[in-house]
Amino acid sequence: MLKKDLGLLVLILVVGAIVALINPRFLSPVNLANTANLIGLFGIFSLGEGLVIITGGIDLSIGSVFALLGVVFVDLLVTYELPWPLAFLIILAAGTLIGLINGLLITRMRLQPFVVTLCGLLLYRGIARYYTNDGTAGFAFGQSFPTLEWLTTGRSYGVPHSFMAFVIIAIAMAVLLHRSVFGRYLFAVGRNEEAARYSGIQTGRVVAAAYVICGALAGLSSVFLTMYTRSISPASHGNFYELYGIAAAVLGGCSLRGGEGSIVGIVLGAILLQILQNLVNLLGIPSSLNFAVMGAVILIGVLADQQFKEYRQRRVAGRESSEATGSKAPTLLAK
Amino acid sequence: MPEPILELIDISKSYPGVQALSHVTLAVAAGEVVGLIGENGAGKSTLMRILGGVTAPSAGFIRIRGEQKDNLTVSEAIRSGIAFVHQELNLFDNLDVAANVYFGREPRSFGLLNLIDTTAIRSLTQPLLDRLGADFKPDTLVSDLSLAQRQLVEIAKALSLGAQIVIMDEPTSSLTLTETNRLLEVIAELKAGGVSVIFITHRLHEIEQCADRVVALRDGAVVGTLQKAEIDHDRMIRLMIGRELKALYTPPANPPGPEILLLGDIRTTTYPDRAVNFSLRRGEIVGLAGLVGSGRTELARAIFGIDRPVDGTMQVAGHALTIRSPRDAIAQGIYLIPEDRKRAGLILEDDITSNISLPNLRRFATAYLPDRNREEATAKQQTRRLNIRTPSVSSAAATLSGGNQQKVVLAKWLAMSPKVMLFDEPTRGIDVGAKSEIYSLIRTLADAGVAVLMISSDMEEVIGVSDRILVMHEGRISGELGRDQFSEHNVMQLAVGTAMNSGPPC
Repeated sequence: MLKKDLGLLVLILVVGAIVALINPRFLSPVNLANTANLIGLFGIFSLGEGLVIITGGIDLSIGSVFALLGVVFVDLLVTYELPWPLAFLIILAAGTLIGLINGLLITRMRLQPFVVTLCGLLLYRGIARYYTNDGTAGFAFGQSFPTLEWLTTGRSYGVPHSFMAFVIIAIAMAVLLHRSVFGRYLFAVGRNEEAARYSGIQTGRVVAAAYVICGALAGLSSVFLTMYTRSISPASHGNFYELYGIAAAVLGGCSLRGGEGSIVGIVLGAILLQILQNLVNLLGIPSSLNFAVMGAVILIGVLADQQFKEYRQRRVAGRESSEATGSKAPTLLAK
Repeated sequence: MPEPILELIDISKSYPGVQALSHVTLAVAAGEVVGLIGENGAGKSTLMRILGGVTAPSAGFIRIRGEQKDNLTVSEAIRSGIAFVHQELNLFDNLDVAANVYFGREPRSFGLLNLIDTTAIRSLTQPLLDRLGADFKPDTLVSDLSLAQRQLVEIAKALSLGAQIVIMDEPTSSLTLTETNRLLEVIAELKAGGVSVIFITHRLHEIEQCADRVVALRDGAVVGTLQKAEIDHDRMIRLMIGRELKALYTPPANPPGPEILLLGDIRTTTYPDRAVNFSLRRGEIVGLAGLVGSGRTELARAIFGIDRPVDGTMQVAGHALTIRSPRDAIAQGIYLIPEDRKRAGLILEDDITSNISLPNLRRFATAYLPDRNREEATAKQQTRRLNIRTPSVSSAAATLSGGNQQKVVLAKWLAMSPKVMLFDEPTRGIDVGAKSEIYSLIRTLADAGVAVLMISSDMEEVIGVSDRILVMHEGRISGELGRDQFSEHNVMQLAVGTAMNSGPPC
């Protein structure tokens, strides 16, 4: 696992170095801060997505949740003029609730995660568009929320707060996943749900909890994304974002079969994705190729990883068998 | 001895660090039934893989009908008439019998459309099923068949391939006595038709019944051959383990204590109209016998909270309670060692330590964070106590042999405080040595005051280990036997639902 993360880190450094060589602006403070901001924005919900993937599930509804919670958040602030901390808490609670609904449909009603969250993807997007009559929701002219803006889009010592939030959440998640009882249960359920159940783990609750955490992080991301874009057109806001989360998790070593993955991996996956985005911009590649570059790099990365793994296994097997024949030879001769 | 159809000559095979086979020579004549015995790890499976062309031997060669085969491949082995009936069946549940028998070589129809000619394969399959005396049709779905019937499908497949040598690897490990007898008849029929059978099993009385000759492997070498007249149980055991096996039954150290588990009219979803009543006392081992499908596993699952019973009451140490989930059962000290240890007993990718601490993880945790050192200390202690053979407690459970895996499942629960232990087929697929270790562990547990319920389809085991036997038939307890009434005959009668005194079945 550690080896895999190290490989990813090396890949990030190599890609970064190449981009920096071709276009030195890559390392400029402005560009680094911008990229860090995007890493934070996309990384927070990737952590939640990774958790769900480790249970052997998937959440496809995240992007639509951003649109729905985004327009509701703007509405709470603009139309209802709620104090922003209250609106913030409502959005966080709403995200958690959506996660809980997904989790209960999957564990209690025994529906497949793909189906449940695919329906969520359609449903929440549709509601968001209906809610605003397909119009763009944005803050009124001159309206500002200095504290909220500072918290979500501000910087300290040049580091964007979204990135800091990402780092803090990642550390908390790493403790939760790799050190806590819950994390052990989560991996156990992802690897062998039946055996986990026979060991007295309430597997339904563990799986549902993963969706709840994913939903809560999606709620938090909604606020960050809303404050970042400041206006939301519900038909396109957050489109495909769930796929960024899935891509980051898969790049980071999560297996879609469940039971495999690490927070460090997901973090590195999220970083690599944003560097690739940045690379497209900096190297003057037409931005329409954005997705194509990402797809190609992920494919090559996964392919290389697989080949390397097989090569290593072959080499280990080869070494063992030559050792074995080496040690066996004398006894055979003696006979 | 007539001209051998199959000869293995001086076969050796070494793996990294292991000499799996050394200088094994074995010949099988046409129409001969050879019993192959040996503890797990003795090299039986390796030998069979070589015979099937799956693995190449390091030295030695194979002759089939006098013709030397140097690089035997899987397809060549099949063409030479070698067929396997595996321990774990390789059938497609979702296809019917005929489709399974002719899988991969279906007759085609409609020319260019190249569709599978279902009618043809069904009519080709029928005579094979007739020959085996099967009570199902070519168009029956495999998922609707019992394990014994599935085995017949495998044998039909072997026959359809024109097999001259059928290798059966523990074919009876999941069969009931009647089904086993039926299989032994099938073997006799194959033999009468000139087909040779190599029969691998841990159940020695089956070999006594059907084998013409017994070959024993130990540590990769042939340690002895018994001709038909010489085959008896004790001799085989001596050959296999190189020592005498102690008498199976160890009487309890103390008379059974007070009742700890009482079931009142428990009804499971499989047999919702049959109520089960019984009680377990501390310190006793109760065998639960019966045919596969008689509802024993379902009963154990209901007690352990995997499935909710339809109705009924449960009392633990005099207190009525409802068990909603395994968690509730575990909280009461009721633990289950499931039938399928790879699927339900262990997380194979995880190491021994994680497997052992999983059900009790909170106890190893301070502030919700488990302490790995404490977990490992417990795992090491259990590994020593149960004599689990492993290089380290950080080895993945998947790397262990069946017997040691089962001990890890046991270790999970022994690290806690058991009151009632439910064993479901505790020694299925486990070699003789590990078996007797597990039996003595079960007895030690009982002597420490644990009530043990042991589901088993292995007659020697039920009779040799239990203090008392309950027999299930179609969802209800059809009778109870005290030690003085123990016999295969009595158990079988209750298992097939005949009343005790109605005389032997037809």
